[in-house]
Amino acid sequence: MNSTESTDVLVIGTGFGGAVAAYHLAAGGAKVVMLERGPWVRSEEFEHDFLLGSSYTRIFDFVVGDGMSLLGGNCVGGGSVVYFAAMPRAPKFVFDRQGSIGRRMWPSSISRDTLEPWYDRVSEALPVSMSDWNQVTYAGGLFAAACNHSGRTANPVPVAIDVDRCTNCNWMMSGCRFDAKRSLLLNYLPAAVACGAEIRPLHEVQRLSRTDRGYRVHYSTVDAEDYRILHDEGVIDAKIVIMAAGAGATPVILQRSAAALGGMPDAVGRYFSGNGERLNTAIVDEDRARELFGLDRGDGRAYEANQIGKGPCVASWDDLDASLPEYSRFSLEQLYFPPGFGTILAQVPGAAAPSWFGREKKEIVGKWQSWLTTFTMSEDDNEGVFGPPPPTGNAHRISQQMLGRGTISYEPTANTRHGWEISDAAVKAVMERDGLAKVMPWTNDVVGAYTVHPLASCRIGDDPATSALDDRHELRGHPGIFVTDGSAVPGALTVNPALTIAALAERAMPGIVQAAKDRGVSVKYGAPSPLGEIAGRRGTLPLVSDLAVR
Amino acid sequence: MPPDNAERRRRTMTLEAFADTIIPGEKRSPDDRAIAGASTGQGAVAAGAIELLETPAAGLVDLLDGLTTVLNGHATARAARLGTTLDSGIPPFVALSFDDRTELVGELLAPGHPEKEAWVGLALFSNMAFDTAAHMHTVDALAAGHPGLAATGFAPPDADGLWRFPAYSYRRKFAELHPHTTASGSPA
Ligand SMILES: Cc1cc2nc3c(=O)[nH]c(=O)nc-3n(C[C@H](O)[C@H](O)[C@H](O)COP(=O)(O)OP(=O)(O)OC[C@H]3O[C@@H](n4cnc5c(N)ncnc54)[C@H](O)[C@@H]3O)c2cc1C
Repeated sequence: MNSTESTDVLVIGTGFGGAVAAYHLAAGGAKVVMLERGPWVRSEEFEHDFLLGSSYTRIFDFVVGDGMSLLGGNCVGGGSVVYFAAMPRAPKFVFDRQGSIGRRMWPSSISRDTLEPWYDRVSEALPVSMSDWNQVTYAGGLFAAACNHSGRTANPVPVAIDVDRCTNCNWMMSGCRFDAKRSLLLNYLPAAVACGAEIRPLHEVQRLSRTDRGYRVHYSTVDAEDYRILHDEGVIDAKIVIMAAGAGATPVILQRSAAALGGMPDAVGRYFSGNGERLNTAIVDEDRARELFGLDRGDGRAYEANQIGKGPCVASWDDLDASLPEYSRFSLEQLYFPPGFGTILAQVPGAAAPSWFGREKKEIVGKWQSWLTTFTMSEDDNEGVFGPPPPTGNAHRISQQMLGRGTISYEPTANTRHGWEISDAAVKAVMERDGLAKVMPWTNDVVGAYTVHPLASCRIGDDPATSALDDRHELRGHPGIFVTDGSAVPGALTVNPALTIAALAERAMPGIVQAAKDRGVSVKYGAPSPLGEIAGRRGTLPLVSDLAVR
Repeated sequence: MPPDNAERRRRTMTLEAFADTIIPGEKRSPDDRAIAGASTGQGAVAAGAIELLETPAAGLVDLLDGLTTVLNGHATARAARLGTTLDSGIPPFVALSFDDRTELVGELLAPGHPEKEAWVGLALFSNMAFDTAAHMHTVDALAAGHPGLAATGFAPPDADGLWRFPAYSYRRKFAELHPHTTASGSPA
């Protein structure tokens, strides 16, 4: 024996997929180590500050590719630390989608009904709750009123937010200073640590290789301030490896490991989906908002509240109609992006060129308080492909933090563009009706399409030709490597994905625990919810034996 | 680093003119050449675009000399094409009219331009300087009347430098729920 460090289970990434897995395995008795490329930031370090180097840039990763840019988390807790905590379940029809392969792309064992108990488990753990109109922000209220005025329904979205603690500061993307947002830092991760899991921040995994008893994970440590600088290299051996670096990073690590591991499934780094995302900015006419809906903030202002609130509060689900053909279903959601992310790509309604910079752009930025942003999630065509991996990480880092150039290319098909066009038209119909606002979509000309919901770059499925993972999330041809993050989700969901990613990870756990047992790890499945509740466990227990057998 | 002060001034003026094309502002003085004066109120330059571009953390600093040279080359070529004579005392890009600068920058930023990525980087940071004052603490930038944050009407924080909005909701039901909403609040 040499002195190489070893563990039972090595988890790569601490977002939804990684946190769920680490908790269950550690709670069951396995030795778990988690490697996370980003920093571990405590609540009081989540700043309200746009300064480069504040939490706003430290905890983010923005990767510009060819035709697609990806925004994600880069810290312990991953995307859950930067996300808006909108947590709907995916509609039934999503699981029957055929997408680009012409037959059902989800494994036959998974449907909304079979996933429901797993959704319940996650909803109990975070927890997720339905919000009501009293918690809906001004922007959400205005959007709901506009939906109603154009003959639509509108729903307050279920969220993982403790509304009593929320100050509606709208700095959610910098991490939640007030512990109101139920990120993984408040449930699965501390519970995993309490059960003995070890989290190592600023450790970036580069590749995997094989040992005679499992896998060797090769990492570099990352400078705490300048992520362009990598320090030491190291390795850890593990019997089971769980890849949860996110849909923008997991396939890249696997691509880089292909030479050492051999025989990567064809679907690794293919079929990427941006969840069909699209943004529109409406510039609201304050007088019309007052006249049409009687809006009044109590101080004479009708709206002018773009800055106030907590991300997405109201969604419109009228186009989530199972009877509509694929690629024509989408949801609309009102949300907030802070300046920078939320201003640069916004275009001037009716502009003569240029539309996203210049004189007229400056004028609309001057009406920023009256902006209302809508977010489309539609059915794209899984057309993203990752090119050869960069030397380290998942991108060539440009800025000290946040900004990098990645290898993804995404050329939207006619199907995808159709989804965007009809949803743009729907937003226009809602927001421009009776002169309420002027609307333009964000431009794709600058950094391509963009997504905060990267999915499907390493997906589960029944067909080995089009899915990298079997329906237990095991990498085909590489027993003992599992993928539990967004890359496993087969395609666009038409709603926010985090709850589905986490539910799938929960569902994968009995099988992964069994795989660990098979390799001699002393581990049991059956932990309660991270905070001790057991109602969710009661619901899933009957399903466990089926999932544990091969 | 540019070799001498004249080169340095040339670079700064050229980058200022670029940033001013992205978010235009008013001239600092009547003889200001870098800022075209295409808009009332301060623009990206006054907002700190050059400071931000020159911040090593942004990652563009090593490109700035090269980009300046290339941009001035494009400006010279454009002037030749249009048959315009440029004032030789200032960098060619600075010597272009605001409309010419805008058209040239539009071409450089357009999909398919071989240098697009570099110009997008420059444009993003010029924008970010105006929209967020990313080279300053936001609280300080607001206190100093940062032009971009002032233009957006970005609300000031509480005394402890944190934002809270106790009033945030109309507290009214505005629409009917989708008829197929499940008990968990999700679409069916
Ligand atoms: C601004 C924003 C708002 C969002 N809002 C919502 C929302 O309201 N609702 C919703 O459902 N979803 C939302 N999302 C999306 C959601 O955050 C993601 O879908 C989710 O976090 C993905 O989970 P994951 O497990 O796939 O990966 P992630 O949460 O992305 O976690 C992956 C982790 O792996 C780490 N990592 C990457 N590479 C390496 C490496 N080489 N070595 C070690 N670690 C590595 C990353 O730093 C990261 O921490 C939002 C996302 C963003 C960016």
